[in-house]
Amino acid sequence: MLLGPALGLSAILFSLGVAGVLLRRNAIVLFMCIELMLNAVNLTFVALAQLHGASGYVMVFFVMTVAAAEAAVGLAIIIGIFRHTQTVDLRNINLLRG
Amino acid sequence: MTEVVFYIFAVAAVISAALCILQKNPVAAALWLVSTMFSLAAIYVLLNAQFIAAIQVLVYAGAIMVLFLFVIMLLNLGHAQSDIRGPSSVATTLVIVGLLAVELVALLRYTPRRLAGELSQWPTFTDPATVFVAGQVTLQESASRGVVGAVAAPLFQIYLIPFEITSILLLAAIIGAVVLAKRRV
Repeated sequence: MLLGPALGLSAILFSLGVAGVLLRRNAIVLFMCIELMLNAVNLTFVALAQLHGASGYVMVFFVMTVAAAEAAVGLAIIIGIFRHTQTVDLRNINLLRG
Repeated sequence: MTEVVFYIFAVAAVISAALCILQKNPVAAALWLVSTMFSLAAIYVLLNAQFIAAIQVLVYAGAIMVLFLFVIMLLNLGHAQSDIRGPSSVATTLVIVGLLAVELVALLRYTPRRLAGELSQWPTFTDPATVFVAGQVTLQESASRGVVGAVAAPLFQIYLIPFEITSILLLAAIIGAVVLAKRRV
């Protein structure tokens, strides 16, 4: 059944994703860490679907759809920022800072 | 046997994820993330979610990561220069992530039996009796409807409206991506 180990793995992966978001300055790597967190949540849904029925798989479906949309729009925004500032380093992206 | 395979892929996933967040080169980080996603797909198969595993490989490891690699190479970011923050940020990160990990592991004290007991008190789409007795609802559904049918039945019945709204989200994402990435004329 492997429910406990799967939830533990999910917790570890989510923590690693949060660590990546807090550690890195590269905007694209930051996005990849967000994908990592979404994957960890998907693992939780799949693990709990064993108990709760196939609704968990439907949630994974929706999470993947939102992740795909988010990646497309986010990367388009990063390309736009790169065209403007010639960098994806978050230190140099401070246009909205007062 | 299943448990041994599970732990092999779990260790692979954690190591790949750690390398992903520590690699200087964005291309290397993306490839380690692909490795994590493949390990997760294998784990989905072990958890009796074969259809989700196939979708994971096709959509995540395939489409989304190709998009990432494409943008990295389009912007010519392959030159390694460390973008990891300074010591004070590392300390803050360790504190926050440590707290988060402790919280999440504390949640794990919900063992399957306690979880099943509490699920039985909520209104569920499945009969709580089967949750209790078998503990493997989806396995039964897969046996009666097939692997894809077990996912498709709730998707096109209970979740039909959210599924249709998803198409509007994707349309908005398509238009947004084109408008944002378009060169100004």
